[in-house]
Amino acid sequence: MNAPLPNPGRRRLLAAAGSLTLVFSLAPAWSQGEGGAKGKEGGLPGSLEKEPWLDAWIRIEANNAVTVFTGKAELGQGIKTALPQVAAEELQVNPGRIRLVTADTARTPNEGYTAGSHSMQDSGTALRHAAAQVRFILAGMAAQRFQVAGNALTLRDGVFEAPGGRRVTYGELLAGRQLHLRADGKAPLRPRAAHTVSGKPLRRTDIPAKVTGGSAYVQDLRLPGMVHARVVRPPSQAAQLVSADTAGVARQAGVLKVVRDGRYLAVIADGEYRAVKAATMLARTTRWDVPASLPGTKNVPADVRARPAEDMPILERGSAGAGGRTVSATYTRPWQLHASIGPSCAVAQLIDGQYTVWTHSQGVYPLREALAELLGVDKETIRCIHVEGSGCYGHNAADDVAADAALLARSYPGRPVRVQWMREEEHAWEPFGPAMLVDARATLGADGRIADWEYAVTSPSHNNRPGKAGNLLAATHLARAFTPPPGKPIPQPEGGGDRNAIPYYVLPNARVTHRFQQNAPLRTSALRSLGAYCNVFAIESFMDELALAANADPVAFRLRHLDDPRAIDVVKLAADKFGWNAYRPGARRGRGFAFARYKNLAAYCALALEVEVARETGFVRILRAVAAVDCGEVVNPDGVRNQIEGGIIQSASWTLLEQVRFDERLVQTVDWASYPILRFNQVPHSLEVHLIDRPGQPFLGTGEAAQGPAAAALANAVAQAAGVRVRDLPLDRARMRAAK
Amino acid sequence: MNYELQVNGKRHRVDTDADTPLLYVLRDDLQLNGAKFGCGLGQCGACTVMLDGAPVMSCIVPVSVVGARPVRTVEGLGTVDKPGVLQQAFIDEQAAQCGYCIAGMIMRAQALLDKHPSPTDEQIRSHMMPNLCRCGTHMRILRAVRRAANTFSRQPAGGRS
Repeated sequence: MNAPLPNPGRRRLLAAAGSLTLVFSLAPAWSQGEGGAKGKEGGLPGSLEKEPWLDAWIRIEANNAVTVFTGKAELGQGIKTALPQVAAEELQVNPGRIRLVTADTARTPNEGYTAGSHSMQDSGTALRHAAAQVRFILAGMAAQRFQVAGNALTLRDGVFEAPGGRRVTYGELLAGRQLHLRADGKAPLRPRAAHTVSGKPLRRTDIPAKVTGGSAYVQDLRLPGMVHARVVRPPSQAAQLVSADTAGVARQAGVLKVVRDGRYLAVIADGEYRAVKAATMLARTTRWDVPASLPGTKNVPADVRARPAEDMPILERGSAGAGGRTVSATYTRPWQLHASIGPSCAVAQLIDGQYTVWTHSQGVYPLREALAELLGVDKETIRCIHVEGSGCYGHNAADDVAADAALLARSYPGRPVRVQWMREEEHAWEPFGPAMLVDARATLGADGRIADWEYAVTSPSHNNRPGKAGNLLAATHLARAFTPPPGKPIPQPEGGGDRNAIPYYVLPNARVTHRFQQNAPLRTSALRSLGAYCNVFAIESFMDELALAANADPVAFRLRHLDDPRAIDVVKLAADKFGWNAYRPGARRGRGFAFARYKNLAAYCALALEVEVARETGFVRILRAVAAVDCGEVVNPDGVRNQIEGGIIQSASWTLLEQVRFDERLVQTVDWASYPILRFNQVPHSLEVHLIDRPGQPFLGTGEAAQGPAAAALANAVAQAAGVRVRDLPLDRARMRAAK
Repeated sequence: MNYELQVNGKRHRVDTDADTPLLYVLRDDLQLNGAKFGCGLGQCGACTVMLDGAPVMSCIVPVSVVGARPVRTVEGLGTVDKPGVLQQAFIDEQAAQCGYCIAGMIMRAQALLDKHPSPTDEQIRSHMMPNLCRCGTHMRILRAVRRAANTFSRQPAGGRS
């Protein structure tokens, strides 16, 4: 890495040097961490708006060691690599030399949740501008030290070199102090053409340890004196405890403590499997009264429609009543799971009134608030540290198990308590992705365009994340139980159940309604892409049905209704790379297309794929899938591809296989046999991801861009291959065999 | 109860209950991180290790039945500094997202490549069926196994690790 500094211009440099003189005169105040009123930051980029101090993001030691801080967490999406990559580019240091500290309430900025495909937008953007400003300030300091113009300096791996071979490092310039200055978002960014790190397929830094058995997950933590706990849950949320033989279990080998608080039961033991055995024994000897409290899943669409909802109009454009041919359809999505491969896990310790909680929560700060309420302590006595877990794909049981660990640490103080959920707990008790229903109706004008559009999506809340103790499962089972706060919708433009409910197409007359259900029969929360999965499935299935009615090619029909050039580009690219126009279906085969811009404001994704459907067995085979993606300026192309490939395959699993089942009393899908997910026999034969890089455009997250389009493209391909359209998910074998 | 186990070529003596699954002994007694708890039901493969050359789900193998048969875990294939062929192939293909399933994937694939150094793509898919990945990294996992197979088939027998 050896790049000349971008020439900021002499006037600017002088101005910078001037301000630095001022800064130097204030130098003793730098490290005092003045709290100060944050006031309005007035549109700083990304998370700098919430945390404007440069040294909250970047610290450089005298030996030139660079540490970068983020309030976001690694969830398997690769930000441990991509965030340092962004910082390395602007700082002009080797990315391998950057130490990254992720979400930790004692050390990092508060960036809320790592969710909504926001990490690159929020944290990546903040780090990019913070790093550029740090480099700019340090360049000014180096220029001042050597009494040269800024453009006379070269910068290589955090070392400035002036004519004559004079050198000074970042660390030497700072001499142990940190840049406790406010970000201004005005420092010049390195031009894309000069990039040496960002935009390149940098290898993930976490993979070598993960493939060789290194300690990588909260599940791998082994703290001195650590004990193991397991929880015995009620059979259902409505179940009441009749009797439990806690004394008998307490006598089992290795059992240190049996906890009973209301209907919350747990065992703490000196060994992990001893905890498992004791919990199993406790479960077998505990009697519960389990009332009928659930609607059952025999007819999910009817159940969703029957539950009360509040109509919230989110789009009213033009006027209703255009003449033409009317098409209508109803689409549904069942209850679905995050279904992490590794059940949720946490370790907590209480020493001298101070809690430490190691957690794979998506939001260490909101979790801390909820735990403080749950434990009845000041939040300053709790430190939550993010440690990676198994991929979560949204709000799974990560926070719940952290609450278990904290409660059990309180009842067994002094020792670290490790809790991991069992498979059956994870399947039965994680917050579910809610069942949803969409009614769509459109009128086709004589010109082959959509003259009128009416759409309503019915859904419970997709956001019951903590913040409040009542959002933590254990809290609802204690003798002094906390009540979950009422479910809330997430407002547009991001939306919750109504995420992507407004089509990205040009529609002169359109009405869209979010029918929000405040109450749901089971706990629900954010599952990767939230309502976008169902809405894009519905809208893009419906677009194909309309294209058919208009006797138009599905891709051409979409292009007819798009005016955003970036949307048009991904649609055309996916169609071209797939060979859409030359396609001729073989027997039992069909192709499908879909497009969406995630949340209508993030990454663009278009997808074409081909399937083969065996009607006699109902088995759907994906032959090939071709995706085109525009996520703004690309930081790590291979990271983006990995996310899109994963999104397509995960969505294929939801779409082809997955549905939670429950009867009037119990959740019945409690393992991988009753809730199967995609296996190697059903993954595509080939899968291509094509990226359109947009240098200079804002970073747009990609973690959830493919979920909706993959579902719809599959449904459209299956409809062509099978000759029948199925509008209720999943398109599993039973449904495909029965489809007429 | 005391058990003597042979894990990754080393002998270990452990004192544990007879019904303890091998997985817990590997993780908690021998402090090996590779094999993961996924389901405890033999349904997902996150805990896959090799027992006497065959892939097994260590979450449902009681330690008392292991006996003298050698156990091999992902730690036995290589290290961060010197990864084995299959581990290197997973790094080269960037075949992980969260990575929780990957050690199990690698051990199942190793068992295949030990027996069939040049498997067909269909054989790889069919062999990998018992193991679940939730991130959707399947295409990369298949490519990694193929890449390792290509390396192995260029090596003389006996050098496959």
